[in-house]
Amino acid sequence: MHTVIIIGGGPAGCEAAYQLASDGIQVHLIEKNNETGGNLNNWYQLFPDRKNAQDLNKRLQEQLNHPGITLHLGMEPSRVEKDGQGRFSVSLSDGSLLEGDALLVATGFKTFDAKRKEEYGYGIYENVVTSVDLENMFRNHAIRTSKGDVPRRIGIIHCVGSRDEKVCNFHCSKLCCITGVKQAIELREMLPESEIFCFYMDMRMFGPGYEEMYREAQEKYNIKFIRGRLSEAAENREHQVQVKVEDTLLGRPLRVTLDLMVLLVGMEASNETQGMARELGVKLAPSGFILPLDPHYGNNLTGEKGVFITGCCSAPMNLTDTLNDARSAAVCITRYLNMK
Amino acid sequence: MYYDNFVLPFTIGLITLLVYLCVRYYKWIRSFPKIDRIKIRRGLFSRKTLVSIKEIFMESLLHHKIFKTNPVLGYMHMTFAFGWFLLIIFGKIESMVYHTSAFNPPYFAIFFRYFHPAKETFPGSETFAFIMDLILSFLLLGILLAVIKRFYSKMFGMKRTTKQRPYDLLVLTVLWLIFPARFIAESFSSGINGGGSFLTHSAGEFFATFLPLRNLSYGAWWTYSSLLGLFFLLLPFSRYMHIPTEIVYIFLKNWGVEQRKQYNGFSEIQTNACSRCGICINTCQLNNSCDIKDTQPVYFLRRLRNHEDFSVQSENCLLCGRCEAACPVGINLNAIRLSTRPDLTRVTKETYAYIKPKAQAETPAKVAYFAGCMSHLTPGIIRSMQEIFDKAKVNYTFIDEEEGVCCGRPQAICGNWKAAKVLMDRNQERIESSGAEILVTSCPICYKTFKEDYTLKIKIMHHTEYIDMLLQEGKLPLHKNDLKTVFHNPCELGRGCGVVDAPNHVLEQVSQRIPTRYDGKNSLCCGGSLANTVIDSQQKTKISTDTVKAYSAYQPDVIVTACPLCKKTLGKTSTSVPVKDIAEIVAAS
Repeated sequence: MHTVIIIGGGPAGCEAAYQLASDGIQVHLIEKNNETGGNLNNWYQLFPDRKNAQDLNKRLQEQLNHPGITLHLGMEPSRVEKDGQGRFSVSLSDGSLLEGDALLVATGFKTFDAKRKEEYGYGIYENVVTSVDLENMFRNHAIRTSKGDVPRRIGIIHCVGSRDEKVCNFHCSKLCCITGVKQAIELREMLPESEIFCFYMDMRMFGPGYEEMYREAQEKYNIKFIRGRLSEAAENREHQVQVKVEDTLLGRPLRVTLDLMVLLVGMEASNETQGMARELGVKLAPSGFILPLDPHYGNNLTGEKGVFITGCCSAPMNLTDTLNDARSAAVCITRYLNMK
Repeated sequence: MYYDNFVLPFTIGLITLLVYLCVRYYKWIRSFPKIDRIKIRRGLFSRKTLVSIKEIFMESLLHHKIFKTNPVLGYMHMTFAFGWFLLIIFGKIESMVYHTSAFNPPYFAIFFRYFHPAKETFPGSETFAFIMDLILSFLLLGILLAVIKRFYSKMFGMKRTTKQRPYDLLVLTVLWLIFPARFIAESFSSGINGGGSFLTHSAGEFFATFLPLRNLSYGAWWTYSSLLGLFFLLLPFSRYMHIPTEIVYIFLKNWGVEQRKQYNGFSEIQTNACSRCGICINTCQLNNSCDIKDTQPVYFLRRLRNHEDFSVQSENCLLCGRCEAACPVGINLNAIRLSTRPDLTRVTKETYAYIKPKAQAETPAKVAYFAGCMSHLTPGIIRSMQEIFDKAKVNYTFIDEEEGVCCGRPQAICGNWKAAKVLMDRNQERIESSGAEILVTSCPICYKTFKEDYTLKIKIMHHTEYIDMLLQEGKLPLHKNDLKTVFHNPCELGRGCGVVDAPNHVLEQVSQRIPTRYDGKNSLCCGGSLANTVIDSQQKTKISTDTVKAYSAYQPDVIVTACPLCKKTLGKTSTSVPVKDIAEIVAAS
């Protein structure tokens, strides 16, 4: 019987593990945290259907109760070696050794560190939060300013750390647009009296139902979308955030005082993704994500034989695409093992 | 009468050269603004002239600055310049002692060995012969080094030597041949008639063993004279124009002539004073990080001189000033580059019509704080400065807290002085209305223009200087901690305005400062310069990455700088070592 080692227990790793195990393959799933789910653990509701993120998470976890899957929680691979027969041996942080016929990298993404965009004041101004912080606020059902008041005016800033050569990120993180729309709607539902602005460069509504949601946000939820990139933010004595932005559709400079500013942080390859790429000698794209062998026929393959990739370690993806990608990786691996 | 037709090429060449130079320099100086011409008149009979003569001796002859950068290269330049100088001086003295008159034609001293019958002795003739041979051997050694340098520049500690045009290579060859030609002519004469010393005499005896010297000697003198004459005729159109021009430049500079915003005769003089030593090539980060090899001052100035298209090179410069700091001639490279930048922007006075005068005047205070646009993009710096002001109980007003107007320098360095002036006037008005005694700014770019282009009558300080002053006055309580720091001195602050000691003092008092080879005026450019409109963001990132690498090699806990632009630029590529402003370090201690 064949064995596959999966590194990373986020949605991609979990789904791939289940698919492989269902095909009768022995799976070792390594996850650095004490629970699986990865970044999904930080999310409240999912777009486009507003499903509770934890429902999906729970389902993915339940799938792992398969006899073919061995979970290694709280573990990190300290060393990966490949022998002449193409077998992999992975040493874990507790000293144990796993052996497998193929390796699936599912180490995912990390969100952009908003402090690197100092002009937006994250970590300096009290009422600047990231989209991740906001999800946490949603879970606690408390949208409050630092003083504990209800924010009367909220601004959501798109493309923080994405499509921004000033932080060396040229890529689009793809999901922030729709996340912004989703979060604006959620905010509106919780704070019917507040004014909500989205400051964007482009609205990229690529998925099914996304464009409809964007339209609804404008028509039904009265979210104001302003095309223009934030230039700078300052904090006033009341700890409100004063932003300067140009409305590029009207060609007019704007100055808006916000009670709460939300930064839609982009996605970058996680440290583990970069570390695994180094360890395995796999190529990185200029964006820092792992470069697939071919963008059409080989997006789960790498230049290294027996090393497969899935999920956001190769590019920003929404959950629909991530789960698809995991199934696709499982198919690739099964075929690879059968031909061995 | 000592005369022979072969002296004609030399004499004609020399006279033509002198006439040409006089006309050229006169024309250039006449184009100076009146204020500079007055300065020349005042300086002419002052101590400044003596200072200039000393500098000419040290730099044009001994090449002391090149020595400091690179001893082998310095030696090479010195053998040429000082050697030739000594040969002329001692030759002249020798001819005067022999002739017992100062008034002999110039060629007489140069071709002394031809005219002087070897059997005739005069006081010290043997000593003179020995000295002249010694100097000649010294020069021949210099030529040998120059030939080696052309082919193996690495031996001189230069990654690259200047690439010359064919015409310059021709003149270079003529120059290289002059001294071997003199050596051959003198040796041949000595071989026939005797005379000379250890070098020419021995060589003469040696040549006589196998060459028909009687037939060759006269031709050798013709060759020597022709090479000299040819060199003099070609000189004004070659890079050797730097030899006389550097001397003129040293005088003008010491008399107080300045490179102004316009490209004028003084710029031409400096352009011609460049010896193309190539030191600037190795200091240029565009060369070292981006492999751009045509924009360094040596090539830019050559384009200017030869009236070739320089539009790209004019803009393709970070204006970091590293070349200027390293230039042994001391040419105002940044100012010249800036003076060639045409105003390509469409910004006019009307563009800024939307900037309304502030409704109320500034709150009167002792200190006016002007953060600058870039500091508004690094609010951490502003926050720290506010803390420092509060801690030291300073009575201050924040000029651009709500509404900032750009200092004008970004426009100015793109050639748009007219637009810059509008902004400058607006800021000046605001600053003056605060009635402050000191203007403190967090941005070295603003600082430089406040100092140089504004007409503010109050004290202008960068926050590094201001913090240093507060510390010296004991107004700022602080604690030294174990943080290991390296200091990246921003181009506009260190090289641009000469602020070198203040940041070092401050850092030494609050942290463990690690000295680096990039300290003070040797600092690197962060790559974020607003002055370069040619290179793209990836090339700027490459410079920034290399700079971070250079500082990280000292293994600091934090890279400290004193410029919001440097902080942002270095911060974007420095993922493992944090980059902070000196104000943030002080505020946190």
